[in-house]
Amino acid sequence: MKPVRVFVPKDSAAKSVGADDVARAISQEARARKVELEIVRTGSRGAMWLEPLVEVEVDGIRVAYGPMSAEVVPSLFDSQFYFGANHPLFLGLSDEIDWIKRQDRFTFARVGIVDPLSTDDYEVHGGMIGLRRALGLNSLEIVEEIVASGLRGRGGAGFPAGIKWRTVAQAASSKKYICCNADEGDSGTFADRMLMEGDPFTLIEGMTIAAVAVGADEGIIFIRSEYRAAIAAMQDAIDLARKKKWLGASILGSDFSFDIRIRVGAGSYICGEETAMLESIEGKRGVVRSKPPLPANEGLFGKPTLINNVLTLATVPRILELGADSYASRGVGRSLGTQVFQLSGNVARGGIVETSFGILLGDLVNDYGAGTLSARPVKAVQVGGPLGAYFPKSLFNVSMDYESLLAAGGMLGHGGVVIFDETVNMTGQAKFAMEFCAEESCGKCTPCRVGAVRGAETLHKISQGIEVSMNRGLLLDLLDVMADGSLCAMGGLTPLAVRSAMLHFAEDFESEGGD
Amino acid sequence: MAGTRGKRTKWSKESATAVLDTTRDEPGPLLISLQALQSRFGYVCDKDIELVAAACNVSRAEVHGVLTFYRDLRRTPPPNHLVQICVAEACQSLGSRSLVEAIERSCGTRIGETNADVEIQAAYCLGNCALGPAAFVDEVLIGRSTVEKIRSELSKSELRR
Ligand SMILES: Cc1cc2nc3c(=O)[nH]c(=O)nc-3n(C[C@H](O)[C@H](O)[C@H](O)COP(=O)(O)O)c2cc1C
Ligand code: SF4
Ligand code: FES
Repeated sequence: MKPVRVFVPKDSAAKSVGADDVARAISQEARARKVELEIVRTGSRGAMWLEPLVEVEVDGIRVAYGPMSAEVVPSLFDSQFYFGANHPLFLGLSDEIDWIKRQDRFTFARVGIVDPLSTDDYEVHGGMIGLRRALGLNSLEIVEEIVASGLRGRGGAGFPAGIKWRTVAQAASSKKYICCNADEGDSGTFADRMLMEGDPFTLIEGMTIAAVAVGADEGIIFIRSEYRAAIAAMQDAIDLARKKKWLGASILGSDFSFDIRIRVGAGSYICGEETAMLESIEGKRGVVRSKPPLPANEGLFGKPTLINNVLTLATVPRILELGADSYASRGVGRSLGTQVFQLSGNVARGGIVETSFGILLGDLVNDYGAGTLSARPVKAVQVGGPLGAYFPKSLFNVSMDYESLLAAGGMLGHGGVVIFDETVNMTGQAKFAMEFCAEESCGKCTPCRVGAVRGAETLHKISQGIEVSMNRGLLLDLLDVMADGSLCAMGGLTPLAVRSAMLHFAEDFESEGGD
Repeated sequence: MAGTRGKRTKWSKESATAVLDTTRDEPGPLLISLQALQSRFGYVCDKDIELVAAACNVSRAEVHGVLTFYRDLRRTPPPNHLVQICVAEACQSLGSRSLVEAIERSCGTRIGETNADVEIQAAYCLGNCALGPAAFVDEVLIGRSTVEKIRSELSKSELRR
C-alpha cells in the first residue's frame, strides 16, 4: 500500500507562523507511532488565516486541518487524521472550504496543490499544454490570442498585454529580451511571491510563450531581495526546466531556444518601475528613464524588451491552454478575466482571493475578510498599494475593476487591499505616504524629490494643529504640482493616496485646537 | 538583503578579487559585483571601491553612486543580529510602529543605530502582509510578530552561530 500523503505548505508566510515546526512534528510523530506517511511540501492555498494548513489525501480527495500548530499534532494522530477523521481543527474537504470554494482560481489554479518543484505534478495538472500549443502557432497567432483574452498588465498600470506583445513582436532586432517584473514592492501584496514559491514552472512557461510570441531568446526575472524563498524556488525550477528541455536549446524538441536567469534586487521600491528596473539590471542606480523610447523598442541594453509582471505572465499558459474566450468570458467591461486580490492588514481572514473582476470592495472586506482582526469597526481600506487611494466604508459598493476604481478616485494597482480599523489616524497615513515617497524617490525630478519632503513636513504641522487651514491649502497645491510635474507614478500618484485620505476622512485633518 | 555577521569572511584583496572574477564578465556587472562582495564579506568596505571600479571599468564615483543608492548595500560591518521590522501600511494597521518601539526598548538600541550585537532596521513590505506585523530576524521571516517571538528567534539564532 502506498503511504498516505500529507500536505504541509512551505510557503514563506505559512512558515512564518510555524509550518516547518508542524511538518517536523508530523514526521516525528509518524515515526514514533509507526504510521507510514509521505509529507509533501506545497505552496499555500492562500487562506493565510488557516495557516499552517495541513491536508491529507483520502481516496484521492484532500481534507484539511488548520490552523495547525506543532503542539496540536499529537492529537491529530490520536484522532487518526491520516484517515481523514474528525478533529477540533477539521475543516472538511479542502475544496469545499467556503472561502476557497467561492473563488475562481485561474492564475492560481495550481498554487497550494502541486509540489512546486515536481515536473510530473506540473504536467499532471495541465502544465506545458499552453507552451506546446504556442510552439505550433506563429508569432501573430499567439499575440492575437493574448489580445483577444483581454489580459491586462497586473503590475499596476493595467496596459493591455497583447498590445505590448505586438509592439515587441514587430520591433526589428535580432536580440530581444523578456523581463519579468518580480519586484512586488507594494505594501499589501504577496501574490507574485506566492506564485513563484508555489508554482514556479507556470512563470517559466508563461515567459517562454512570450518569448516565442515576440521572438526573444533571453529572459530575466528581476526578484526583490526580500523574497529569498521565491528566488531559490525559481532557480531550482529553472535548473529542472533545463533538464527537461523546457528551457535552453530546442525547447520540447522544437527549433526554438530560450533561457532565463534571475537578477536579485538590492532594496529599492522604485526599481519596480519598469525603466528603473532596467537600469538596475544593467547594474546602475535605479533612476527612472524618460519615455520615449518605450522599453518595447529600446529596453534592456537598448534592445526591444517585453516587460510584464509575474501575474501577467503566469496567466498566459492557461489562456493558451483553454483559449482566449475562457479568460475573456470572465470579468466586466474592459476588465476581463480574474484578478488575484490580496487581502491584508487588520483583517480577520486575509490571503489570496482570486475572483472575476467586478466583485464589490465591501464583499472582499466583509464576506472574505470577515472584518478586522481586532474586531473593531473598519475605518479605511487602501486599494492598490502605497500609491493607491484610501476608501471609506461609504464607498464599499465600488466594483473592483480598473475603470470603476479609477472613476471612484482610486486605482487597482497590483490588487492589494489593506484594511484598517477605527484606530487609524489618516493624517498619519497621509504623512507616511509622503515619507515613503521621499525615501524611495529616485531623485530625478524635483516635484517628487523635494515635494515629498515638503509634503511630509506640512502633514506633520497639520497633525500638530499648526496653522491647519493654511497648511491644508499649501498641501493641496503641492499635490497638484507633484501630480502634474512628476515623471513617473511614484511622485505622480502619491498625491492620490494623500488626497483620498483628506477627502474621505476630512475630520482627521481638522485642527486640534480649533484654528 | 543586508548581510549579517554569520556570513562574514575576513576581507582580503585576494578574496575580493576572486569574488570579482566571478562577476566582472557579466553584462552590467557593477551592481552584482557589489552584491557579491557583500554576500561574501557582510558589507562593502572602502577598499572594495577601487577594485570594483577597475574590474567593471567604471569610475569610482560611479561605484559610489550605485553603492549609496540601494538600501541593501551596507558600508559598515554587519551586526551579530539583524532585526528588520516591516513598517509599511499593512503591518502598520496591526501596530508595527509600536512594535518597533517595543523592540527598541527590549534590545536597548534605536532603529538605524549600529551597535555590535543587534541592529534594528525598518523594512517596507516583506510579502507577509496577511500575517502581519512581519519581521525578519537574521533572515528568518516571522508572522504575527511580537516582542516575545522576535526575542525567542534571536535566542535561537544566537545558538546557531
Ligand atoms: C513606483 C512604481 C513601482 C512599481 N512597482 C512595480 C512592481 O513592483 N512590480 C510590477 O510588476 N510593476 C511595478 N510597476 C509597474 C511597472 O512600471 C510596469 O508597468 C509593469 O511591470 C509592466 O508589467 P505589466 O504590464 O504586466 O503590468 C511599478 C511602477 C511604478 C511607477
Ligand atoms: S517621480 Fe520620483 S521616482 Fe519618479 S522619476 Fe521623478 S523623482 Fe524619480
Ligand atoms: S506590509 Fe508588512 S509584510 Fe507587506
